[in-house]
Amino acid sequence: MGIWNKIECASYDELRSIQDMRLTETVKYVYDSVPYYKKKMADIGILPQDIKGVDDLCKLPFTTKDDLRDTYPYGLMAVPMSEIVRIHASSGTTGKRIVVTYTKEDIEIWSDVMARAFARIGADKTDIIHIAYGYGLFTGGLGAHYGAEKLGAAVIPISGGNSRRQLEFLTDLKPTVIACTPSYMLHLYEVMQESGLTTDDISLKAGLFGAEPWSENMRKEIERSLRIKAYDIYGLSEITGPGVASECSAQNGLHINEDHYLPEIIDMNTHLPLGLNNTGEIVFTTITKKGMPLIRYRTKDITKLFRDDCECGRTLVKMERVTGRTDDMLIIRGVNVFPSQIESVLLEFSELTPNYQIIVDRVNMMDCLEVHVEMSEVLFSDEVRKIEKLERSITSALESVLAISATVKLVEPKSIARSEGKAIRIVDKRKI
Amino acid sequence: MLVKQISVFLENKEGRLAEVTEILAQSGINISALTIADTSTFGILRLIVEDSSKTESLLKSKGFSVSLTDVIAVDIDDTPGGLSKPLSILFKNGISVEYIYAFISKKENTAHVVMKVNDINHAVDILENNGYKYTGK
Repeated sequence: MGIWNKIECASYDELRSIQDMRLTETVKYVYDSVPYYKKKMADIGILPQDIKGVDDLCKLPFTTKDDLRDTYPYGLMAVPMSEIVRIHASSGTTGKRIVVTYTKEDIEIWSDVMARAFARIGADKTDIIHIAYGYGLFTGGLGAHYGAEKLGAAVIPISGGNSRRQLEFLTDLKPTVIACTPSYMLHLYEVMQESGLTTDDISLKAGLFGAEPWSENMRKEIERSLRIKAYDIYGLSEITGPGVASECSAQNGLHINEDHYLPEIIDMNTHLPLGLNNTGEIVFTTITKKGMPLIRYRTKDITKLFRDDCECGRTLVKMERVTGRTDDMLIIRGVNVFPSQIESVLLEFSELTPNYQIIVDRVNMMDCLEVHVEMSEVLFSDEVRKIEKLERSITSALESVLAISATVKLVEPKSIARSEGKAIRIVDKRKI
Repeated sequence: MLVKQISVFLENKEGRLAEVTEILAQSGINISALTIADTSTFGILRLIVEDSSKTESLLKSKGFSVSLTDVIAVDIDDTPGGLSKPLSILFKNGISVEYIYAFISKKENTAHVVMKVNDINHAVDILENNGYKYTGK
């Protein structure tokens, strides 16, 4: 299907020489513009001239979420604020958020890789693209929006939620392509059925689904029930947002836009580079980003890289669908949730962290989050309204920190299941 | 007139009340009065027993969330108007009742009520000045 940018089909040598050049420039750029990186490199005795190309990548230090937290909010920015045109934010591991800044050029490139993603699934300027990712601080909505506009398609910026209105737009305005989380697509299908609508009432032909883990089974289910082609897209705010990698017509791995985001797979224990066809944690280095370039960013996503002779004609390296995480991050309705965030909220209500359990389930195709908190003497009262008020306060504090709704249930002491004395913190009942 | 009430947090699920009463039975603790305030997810069991501190530590040792609360127990006439009289006296004196429950006395023509109020010492004074007393244990 339509190749948006000819670089996607460049020869290995051509692409490699572009990567070598861009990496060398990036390392010099961050060394000169970001004191935090200069120090990080100095600490291990590395100078920009030591990095001559992709082969030297492994000499560079990693960047982790902790680095982003330690430099919050602007400590990794490589340009003055006058050059920044956009700020996005996503959840950090504790109360502090991860803030990402973009220059005009960064937004241009992000739009370009998202336009590539839509072109890869057969979309072009004749399409109407229905974007049901959340708009706002989350990169999903605006990222897809800019890419779809860049492609020249007609964009419906409907954002997430309000399923009845989504259906009204799907049936009346007849969008041909949809972008949302895969679970939301299945949820919309359920609402469609309840409303007596069939696929004959809508005109979708393809969907670009991401922002949460999903499986081949879910793909089959979406494709069968909605009669569309379902494609996987990958990205993370720290690197840019959606569009770091995405599937083509072959539906066999996601082409990484490696002319901008240089991937590596590292061993989960030794952190040594693994090369192609090995499963490990995927690490990215941004090689064209100006606002907040990141060197060897540890994504904690588990996958593997491979190359094949892809039927679509693209030569870009591929990554497999992400199969898991190296940490305890949960993705709920496309939102990243860390148990530590929940813990920090509970600490506001009690000096000691009460025992708690996070239960994630998928009800009517929608993820739902329930937090069980063990009652303790500090929290207990003989008055119902005080306990109900406590439940409500915890609920609203969780919602403001996590940015998704949660149901809080107070449970009896010692009622949360324990394994070898430690409470089981996460119960993920979703069958993905 | 001041008595200690035991409050126990219970999840709203089958068998929990039976478990608590079984623990009390095995330790020979007699319940003089009891009520449950329930919501869709949890309940608060409130008990009046003879030895409240023994009961508190017993239930705590069995892993329950327990608290001891000062409440008022008072005798009222077991006749129409028996409850409305003391309540209107309290109301006129600016005392508000958080919750209340009643139980039968062994004495004829007398009932007991237990109430939690916003200002317990003031409420006790008012009731005593109006001739109320508590003869239960």
